[in-house]
Amino acid sequence: MSWTPVAAVDLGDLGFGSGAHLLVQRALAGLPPGGRLAVSGRDPALRVHLPAWCRGRGHRVEWPDRSEANELVAVVVRGSADDDRWFGAERAGSALPSALSSRPPARWGLGARGALLEAGGPEARFDLDDRDLVWADIAPHLYAQAAARQWDPQTAVPWDDPFALPADVEAAVVQVMTYLVENEQAALVVPARFVGRIHPHFREVVQLLAVQMADEARHMEVFSRRALLRGAEMGTSSAGGRQSLFTLVAESDFALASFLLSVLGEGSFVDLLSFLHEVAPDPVTRRICWLAMQDERRHVVFGMAHLEHQAQLDPLLRDRLRAAIHRRHDALVDTAGLNADVFDALVVLAAGGWQPNDVSAGFDRVRALQHAMDQGRQRRLVRLGFRVDEAAALSALHTRNFM
Amino acid sequence: MPAPTVLMGAVAYDPKVVTIWEGFRTWLRGRGLDFDFVLYSHYERQVEDLVAGRIDAAWNSPLAWLRAERLAAADGTAVRALTMRDTDQDLTSIVVVRADSPVRQLTDLAGRVVAVGAIDSPQATLIPLGHLAAAGVTVDVRRFDVGVGLHGDHIGGERDAARALVAGEVDAACMIDANHLAFVQEGTLPPEGTRIVAQTARYDHCNMTVRAPESEGVRLFGTLLLGMSYADPQVRPLLDLEGLTAWREGRTTGYDALAAAVDASGFYSLDGRVTAPHYRP
Ligand SMILES: [Fe+2]
Ligand SMILES: [Fe+2]
Repeated sequence: MSWTPVAAVDLGDLGFGSGAHLLVQRALAGLPPGGRLAVSGRDPALRVHLPAWCRGRGHRVEWPDRSEANELVAVVVRGSADDDRWFGAERAGSALPSALSSRPPARWGLGARGALLEAGGPEARFDLDDRDLVWADIAPHLYAQAAARQWDPQTAVPWDDPFALPADVEAAVVQVMTYLVENEQAALVVPARFVGRIHPHFREVVQLLAVQMADEARHMEVFSRRALLRGAEMGTSSAGGRQSLFTLVAESDFALASFLLSVLGEGSFVDLLSFLHEVAPDPVTRRICWLAMQDERRHVVFGMAHLEHQAQLDPLLRDRLRAAIHRRHDALVDTAGLNADVFDALVVLAAGGWQPNDVSAGFDRVRALQHAMDQGRQRRLVRLGFRVDEAAALSALHTRNFM
Repeated sequence: MPAPTVLMGAVAYDPKVVTIWEGFRTWLRGRGLDFDFVLYSHYERQVEDLVAGRIDAAWNSPLAWLRAERLAAADGTAVRALTMRDTDQDLTSIVVVRADSPVRQLTDLAGRVVAVGAIDSPQATLIPLGHLAAAGVTVDVRRFDVGVGLHGDHIGGERDAARALVAGEVDAACMIDANHLAFVQEGTLPPEGTRIVAQTARYDHCNMTVRAPESEGVRLFGTLLLGMSYADPQVRPLLDLEGLTAWREGRTTGYDALAAAVDASGFYSLDGRVTAPHYRP
């Protein structure tokens, strides 16, 4: 026979039941379609398995004359199926976050960014696919920071430190914790609603939001645990407070939801947690408020970063943000806003005693907190490009529930 | 002018048959062929309907091809193999024993228990038993009748035969070469646990059977199938499901061993009647 195999592979004792196809495949990869590979080996099943394997992959097999055969089993003629499979394949953009696509196509779907994608496959619907809408250059950095600063609720908090509070002070702590838990629940649900809509091309944003959700999960845990540390009953939840949070969760526009939650809500929350850290009557409350505050700062930074970027590109964004504040204000105008029990509990904690002077001082401190929250919101609104007077007016429309 | 039409029969041996042919239907209709398919629960009625002219093409097992050929001949007409998969050509069946078996060669199997697939499986029953008979070896056959009427398309009978071999219930088992590899890889057969004592000559498997002479639609059908490319992302997943990388021109040179086995076992009469005892598809 007139054979001109251009390559050869010796399988030794290796059979197709134990991975012989890897050696054959590797040798075939170096050949063009039509190229010939002489395969030899000693596995007794090779004469049966080699052609069966080749048949399924579109390779042809030629048989040597028995007289020529020593350990030569067959010559494999490489088919074109392996090449055909990758015809029309494309890279899912660049792997690096510095060269993102401005609008990754739906067909990239769940393919890893930068991977070579076989043509075909589903058109996955990730409707948040506009780089300017979801991306912020700081996202990879914030994600790394967030991942590095995950703390363990079991070990990061001095749960066993001895302390005893008067019953009415303990009740105030329980009331504030109850309020914090319901706010944390909203803060987890809001990013959860968007994370599955963001195109995986912007994976650092998805990762960051996922860690943010893990942050909120820990906040829910530690605030609940503190509430129940000395008793078995939670405080009250007002209808107005829940209404305020519900309008937050119902916002289906990513930019507007980020604005209401991170820029206005979590921004105010940082001030609240800072306040609680100062007035906390026990080491556990002090510690968990400090831990949550660190996380919340990061949440605000990301919300600000991608909205600032977007506001520079889209002059109409501010109109939409303004409308969102008005819409939410109108929806909440007939509600009480902050739970009166929460307000009173904050005053009790800030007062630190039941003398009229103590209460008066506590009341002033809570007023000062509300003022600080308002100032912070105005600063962030100005950074997003609102005029100073308008920022003041808009901040005043923010929910009295803080979040 | 209306588009040429083809109504094809396929046997529903697995739910994926619907996915495959609905996908091919879309592709074929997009290329000017008014194509549709009907599903059969077994091959015998599909073949009868092809010869009777109720369908234009039948995606046939090798056994169904032989019957179609005989029925047509008895009717004074003819059928031909329009296309086949690249994976339908040059298959072999093997007889396997446990690695520690005293059986060294085919003749050692005389009087022993040999597991085969379903009564109508060309690759796991008819062809290997024909191979044994041709060698003059008489064995005690233990049949695993899974999916009778599907002509061995259902892998269950072959797998049960392999399991019986591992369990020591039989002395040998028959299967197609690729399934031996698959059973080793999936763990049904222990690696190094079996030994191949016989391999049949190469034979062919399924083909797209049509009546001769072909209609315009059938000719276009053949041309379009042969033009399907593995580089086309629309059909590649369907080709993967159907287990081919390319359609080939049909050939009928690879069915002699099966025809001999069918005659020797009396599975079909020469005029295409079903004569196998205990065969109820
Ligand atoms: Fe939080
Ligand atoms: Fe947060």
